[in-house]
Amino acid sequence: MDAIRTEALTKHYTVGFWRPRPYVALDSLTLQVGQGEVFGFLGPNGAGKTTTLKLLMQLIYPTSGHAEILGKPVGDVGVKRRTGYLPEQPYFYDYLTAEELLAYFGALFGFTAGERRRRAAALLDEVGIGKERRLPLRKFSKGMLQRVGIAQAILNEPDIVFLDEPMSGLDPLGRREIRQLILRLRDRGCTVFFSSHVLADAETLCSRVAILAKGRLVTAGRLSDMVAFDVRGWELVVSGLTEAALKETQARGHVTSATRVAEGRYALELPLTPPPEETTAALIARGAALVSLTPVRDTLEDFFVRQVSGATDSRFRETA
Amino acid sequence: MRVIGHVAVNVFKESVRDKILYNLVVFAVLLISASYLIGELTAGQDVKIIKDLGLASISIFGLLIAIFIGIGLVWKEVEKRSIYTLLPKPMRRQEFLLGKYFGLVLTLVINVAVMTLALYAVLAYMQAATPENIRASWPAPATDPAMLKAIALIVLELLLVTAIALFFSTFSSPFLSAMMTVAVWVIGHFNEDLRNYGATIASPVAATIAKGIYYFVPNFAAFDVKLQVVHAQPIPLRYLALTSFYGVTYVAFVLLAAVVIFSKRDFK
Repeated sequence: MDAIRTEALTKHYTVGFWRPRPYVALDSLTLQVGQGEVFGFLGPNGAGKTTTLKLLMQLIYPTSGHAEILGKPVGDVGVKRRTGYLPEQPYFYDYLTAEELLAYFGALFGFTAGERRRRAAALLDEVGIGKERRLPLRKFSKGMLQRVGIAQAILNEPDIVFLDEPMSGLDPLGRREIRQLILRLRDRGCTVFFSSHVLADAETLCSRVAILAKGRLVTAGRLSDMVAFDVRGWELVVSGLTEAALKETQARGHVTSATRVAEGRYALELPLTPPPEETTAALIARGAALVSLTPVRDTLEDFFVRQVSGATDSRFRETA
Repeated sequence: MRVIGHVAVNVFKESVRDKILYNLVVFAVLLISASYLIGELTAGQDVKIIKDLGLASISIFGLLIAIFIGIGLVWKEVEKRSIYTLLPKPMRRQEFLLGKYFGLVLTLVINVAVMTLALYAVLAYMQAATPENIRASWPAPATDPAMLKAIALIVLELLLVTAIALFFSTFSSPFLSAMMTVAVWVIGHFNEDLRNYGATIASPVAATIAKGIYYFVPNFAAFDVKLQVVHAQPIPLRYLALTSFYGVTYVAFVLLAAVVIFSKRDFK
């Protein structure tokens, strides 16, 4: 049995007051996610990711098509007991404390008072909310709210957790903690379905991904099968570089472009050939010092541009 | 039922934290200062005036809470997006909506109960402080239990107003919901005039429309027996029972309509 299955799931919204027209937010999405997978649901802003998650949470109803979670239609109360959901930019009752909020949600799951306290304390520890747990949520920063949001999404030790942009609003440390948390959930056997527009998140976490653009599924499968992560150049940052040395290297065609960052410090774009080690060594020999050397790869955005370029179809449907 | 209870308790908690119950302090101050002032100005009539003022205040404070909290019950959840984390929890949409309703009802009932106690306390003090010969001229004792009948009907009216505010809030903005709830309440108080409109106007179309509104809008005037109670006129139990049945049935229909609309709604 699939964890998640959608068949031709479609959502139209009506836009326009004087001349209402259907706008296709999601167009015939057919998707299967196996149990225990960490599944990345990727796409640029406005691709239909949140619409899909809202359909799966039955916050909105499909115009047509069908969706199932754990073999049951979405909205089934039994299934809701086994799932967790973090909405994009979550907002909670700001008059409650983090502890009270989790206790309230725990009560909705039917946990006893003791169980609610135990779970709330353990989860707030896990997401890194310390003494602030006794403050009203109105005093929380965006990142702290995101952590509370993640805690409430896994309060019931779900079999499937849906996370809409889980890294949003988090600092680098927070992002790393959430990545580790997602991997711990996977190790517990939990299916993680998360949406993101950041390729790096998917790269480090996902077993499979689906890519959505303009409300349509572009492709689904293993990320490495879809995007060739070939290096297409290098970014070299050096300091102590003289203008003469730079001009000489450029003249040999070993530098595609150069940006002066500070006095003697440059960010250089290098082509694939000659190998970057060679150019770096030549520059070091001319008195420069290496600051960093980073491969330049295709980004998800690049991939999208290729996938959707030339697609001129409008997401508005003309009414007869 | 369990879920409805938890949602309701949370609504009550919200109203406490939002300092809604501070109105009780305003009520108490109003009542105590009024009883002092009126006691200075009038003789014999003061108890009647305090009863009048007390019952009217209970009704108005209750109405203000029912309308202005009621219209935001659903709207606030949707606007602030807290509903996105709540509805995916193991609950049905109707449980959420009914929990919201009963939460505000709980707030209102506690409010009215405390105001009632305050009113009886002030009246008991006035009774104790008034000489026997003046008390004999009162149509009813100051702490007349019949006032509870008027208060019971006020509560029933508040249940209905809350249901109407909640109904509008399932699909419209707070401003429009407030306007429409107040409009229904005002029209409901002049319901009798609507019924007799046909006799005073030549246009049969206007008369039919007035009659249609008469049957559609709840008859709020039926819940108002404050004047009778203050003047010690009897309120038959049969009247209380019938009005209660009418009110509860109306509440059930309004809530049902709210549930139907809310269950089909998209939360974009």
